[in-house]
Amino acid sequence: METIILFAPLVGAIIGGFGWRIIGEKGAMILTTGLLFLAAFLSWIVFLGFDGETQQIHIMRWIESGTLSTDWAIRLDRLTATMLIVVTTVSSLVHLYSFGYMDNDPQWKEGESYKPRFFAYLSFFTFAMLMLVTADNLVQMFFGWEGVGVASYLLIGFYYRKPSANAAAIKAFVVNRVGDFGFALGIFGLFFLVDSIRLEDVFAAGPMLADTTLHFLWTDWNAANLLCFLLFVGAMGKSAQLFLHTWLPDAMEGPTPVSALIHAATMVTAGVFLVCRMSPIMEYAPAATTFIVIIGASTAFFAATVGLVQNDIKRVIAYSTCSQLGYMFVAAGVGVYSAAMFHLLTHAFFKASLFLCAGSVIHAMHHEQDMRNYGGLRKKIPYTYWAMMIGTLAITGVGIPLTTIGFAGFLSKDAIIESAFGAHSAAGNYAFWMLVIAAGMTSFYSWRLMFMTFFGEARGDKHTHDHAHESPMTMLIPLGVLSIGAVFAGMVWYGSFFGDHDQVNEFYGAPTHEVAMAEGGHGEDATDTSHGEATTETADHGTAATTESHDETATADTGHGDDALADAGHAMATAPVGAVFTHPDNHVMDNAHHAPNWVKVSPFIAMVLGLGLAYLFYIVNPSLPRRLAESQRPAYLFLLNKWYFDEAYDFLFVRSAKALGRFLWKRGDGNIIDGTLNGVAMGIIPFFTRLAGRAQSGYLFHYAFAMVIGIVILVTWMTISGGAE
Amino acid sequence: MISSDISTVLPEIVLAVFAMGALMFAVYTGKDKTAPMILWLTAMVLAGIGIWVAISGNGSRVAFGGAFVDDAFSRYAKVIILLSASAILLMSQDYMTKRGLMLFEFPILVALAVVGMMMMVSAGDLMALYMGLELQSLSLYVVAALRRDSVKSTEAGLKYFVLGALSSGLLLYGASLTYGFAGTTLFSGIITTVEAGHVPLGMLFGLVFIAAGLAFKVSAAPFHMWTPDVYEGSPTPVTAFFATAPKIAAMGLFARVLYDAFGNAVADWSQILAFLSVASMFLGAVAAIGQRNIKRLMAYSSIAHMGFALMGLASGTVFGVQAMLVYMAIYVTMNIGTFAFILSMEKDGQPVTDIDSLNMYSKHDPLRAVAMMVLLFSLAGVPPLVGFFGKYYVLLAAVQAGMSWLAIAGVVASVIGAFYYLRIVYFMYFGEEGDMLDKAKSPILWGFLMASAAIMVVGVVNLFGIEGFAAAAAETLVR
Repeated sequence: METIILFAPLVGAIIGGFGWRIIGEKGAMILTTGLLFLAAFLSWIVFLGFDGETQQIHIMRWIESGTLSTDWAIRLDRLTATMLIVVTTVSSLVHLYSFGYMDNDPQWKEGESYKPRFFAYLSFFTFAMLMLVTADNLVQMFFGWEGVGVASYLLIGFYYRKPSANAAAIKAFVVNRVGDFGFALGIFGLFFLVDSIRLEDVFAAGPMLADTTLHFLWTDWNAANLLCFLLFVGAMGKSAQLFLHTWLPDAMEGPTPVSALIHAATMVTAGVFLVCRMSPIMEYAPAATTFIVIIGASTAFFAATVGLVQNDIKRVIAYSTCSQLGYMFVAAGVGVYSAAMFHLLTHAFFKASLFLCAGSVIHAMHHEQDMRNYGGLRKKIPYTYWAMMIGTLAITGVGIPLTTIGFAGFLSKDAIIESAFGAHSAAGNYAFWMLVIAAGMTSFYSWRLMFMTFFGEARGDKHTHDHAHESPMTMLIPLGVLSIGAVFAGMVWYGSFFGDHDQVNEFYGAPTHEVAMAEGGHGEDATDTSHGEATTETADHGTAATTESHDETATADTGHGDDALADAGHAMATAPVGAVFTHPDNHVMDNAHHAPNWVKVSPFIAMVLGLGLAYLFYIVNPSLPRRLAESQRPAYLFLLNKWYFDEAYDFLFVRSAKALGRFLWKRGDGNIIDGTLNGVAMGIIPFFTRLAGRAQSGYLFHYAFAMVIGIVILVTWMTISGGAE
Repeated sequence: MISSDISTVLPEIVLAVFAMGALMFAVYTGKDKTAPMILWLTAMVLAGIGIWVAISGNGSRVAFGGAFVDDAFSRYAKVIILLSASAILLMSQDYMTKRGLMLFEFPILVALAVVGMMMMVSAGDLMALYMGLELQSLSLYVVAALRRDSVKSTEAGLKYFVLGALSSGLLLYGASLTYGFAGTTLFSGIITTVEAGHVPLGMLFGLVFIAAGLAFKVSAAPFHMWTPDVYEGSPTPVTAFFATAPKIAAMGLFARVLYDAFGNAVADWSQILAFLSVASMFLGAVAAIGQRNIKRLMAYSSIAHMGFALMGLASGTVFGVQAMLVYMAIYVTMNIGTFAFILSMEKDGQPVTDIDSLNMYSKHDPLRAVAMMVLLFSLAGVPPLVGFFGKYYVLLAAVQAGMSWLAIAGVVASVIGAFYYLRIVYFMYFGEEGDMLDKAKSPILWGFLMASAAIMVVGVVNLFGIEGFAAAAAETLVR
């Protein structure tokens, strides 16, 4: 079944891409979409029926070279199962959506066939993404990693007649190369130290790596920290984290379904998936995870600030994606991988929904993307409006505080913010405040988008507004399905992803190690709930176990628990059991559960503030934003120009690289290499040729003279060298 | 003892007797009318003796007190000499007849030259060496001037004769110096004089002069000057003959003298040979670029190829000699094919040698163009073809002997040399439309051209096992 899931998109891509002339344009589209729905259906069966036990499904022998011996296998565990549903569900819906969206695309000439290519690319992307998430070894994962990169490149540049699309595609590819370089180095490093790239072996080597020192770039590093850092550099590129984020907004040049699938729901989350996947070694790399937290929190903040002032509807959502990815990294960085995956899952639903809604709006407005030209569309496109409203409610985190009732984003985002607080570290606190502020800004820009698009007066071209029309059913059905996910995904899976410890461990098939901790400071955590923040300081000191609430149950299966501890704690011959591994000393999730109430309420308050401000700015007094922008012009420009990252990179890297390239081209290649070759071939050798021709005069005495000269040379030489003997 | 001596030199005696008998026969019968018959007969006899030598002999024998050596090395060289001479004779019939050059002396002179060459590669004594050399040279002087009514041909013969006399003088001077220091003309005696490892200076001079004389025969720079003029002036079949059999003989003789007589002074003569090798490779490559006449071009080409063969010798190892022998065999095969093509180049019944006349030849006769292209690529040493392996072996020998600089020089020279071979290919395939050559008719030339080209392609598999023979030959020479 897993094999079918993996290969159905590939089959669709190959047949749809190469065989559409035989089966027809429509046939190719239906085939690829049908196969994707099949894969999605099977994925849900796998996910719901999955028992938490890690399985390896062997497909074939892949690489055999020296000590490098690798199978091509599907690693099926909770992480994979989660990613499977995310990828296949969103992908199948996007396929369906594209039926409507890509119809009569004005980018193409009459009668030009572009749809089969688009669908084949989408399917190929899905295959590569599935390769990535099902990988059982690092090279396989790298294959998928690069495969999605290629697909992303092809799809961003899908409108290849537009220079800006080509530039964006190249930019995405090149920036990702920077990250991939780190990822590849990380893989090399792991192979160098572990002598295997199989995930099992790598995971088992976590503690060993923590005690290993690696000499790299003239410095001694802790191997675990260095390797995790390098892997994270790969994740930064793919997931558009700060410093390597510049490609993501530009990637919006691609068709909107692509933005929804690749640049919101799936590919960009590959970095988060990678960090979670590598949790057994991440747990032994405190410095690297601290770095992850800081980068994640900074990205969340940075992207949210930029999102405040963007006017292109897709760019707002793109920065929002960037920001939400930062949230996920914070969760993964503090060690609550489960919360990261939770947000990944819910985010996939509501962000894909938002993008598809944006696509629907753009479709309705005849490919107009500037929000300043929207307004008052609520009546024109009601279904889109309601779907987008649900998405906005989800992303801003609307719910009832202190309960687990709310839209998807409410639960998962709050889980992350509580986790950041629960880390009880400087980086965690930094992340906590950043994320809360970012949550406020998220609310502001999301509502700003809503208000500017659907409320107020119709601005922009009157004709376009008059002809604004609701999208066809093929586009509305995906919106509906995703909206359901955006509403319920959080509530349904809260317990599994971020419930109490046992539930989460069981969900991931990981052994619980609370048992041995029982006599440590663990019970203390339980008391925190009642004492609030006052006792959080003392929690770590752990006087003695007083009461145990939910952890009591864990003690019941002591025998099994102890074995599991032995596995997880010291044992280093085997890999830790389960999809994610949390170090026995990692209590962040429990801390998060016992965070004080003000912490739990803070994101909600930030959300309400953001909403209120947006309402004030765009409904009550629409002239306010302009006045503010004028009075705070430098700050406004700073944000509008995305903190001048592109300009700085252009100055630092692009222009210097171009100058170097030009120098090497003109001087190095042109003058030196070509010059030398041409000089030798067209100057020196013809000169000697003429010389030889002149020597061949035809006169006998010249010839005899040459012979005599020859013998003189030889005799002289032999006399000198022979005499020296 | 005399009977065993006779039996050792029996092939040479048979050939010599045949040549004299044919001369008598032709003189007393129809003179030039018998020429075609004598030509065919000579070719058959040469080929027959070649096969006889190839299958009869085994082991090493000496005759006439060591003056004549019959061993695997000499047999290897003799087989190639005999077969190539036979092939050239067959190829020349058509051309000679058309130009009114079908003289009965021609095959007989070739046969006598071949006797001389067989003597050369079997020489075990300075006097035997000189005898063989002069027998060969005198025949060749005459053949070069075969077209008596042509200024160019007579000029070629005369130049060849005068310079050949000079080189013979050098050789003789070296031989007398060597004799003076060694007290014997036998190679086996000379080698004992140098046994001590220290070569007397006079002996060294003798070596240099002998080497210079032999370098003239193999047309190695700077003793090559006669080659282009003689190649151009002589009738084309004669040129083809010059480019093949005598080169093997001279190269074989060179190797024999160096190893049999001066085998203990490798370090000394390998310098001389390295010098000759580099000079020849570069001169051959550079000077050929300026040539528009394909015969002159082939002259420089053969100079460059001799440079490569000398590189094998210069390395001073068993493998080096083996590489040289393989190289020579490949070189001769390529040249037979190339000259088969050149012999068929005619316009309005007249032979043409200008490479411009090959413009767009591929449209005119695609199959022959392909065959010629294969040969040219092989001559240039382009990898999948046999010519590459010849170069590869000598380069490998040089590297293994620690003379990497020589190998690098060889590679550079071969890159330069590739230009003029590929230019012909360019003319044949991408040139301008112009007057076409006549349609070639001779089936013999066609056969040799195709066979040679096919060998260049098919031979890649195992070089027809020639490596084994060459290795055995090299083994007997270098002890």
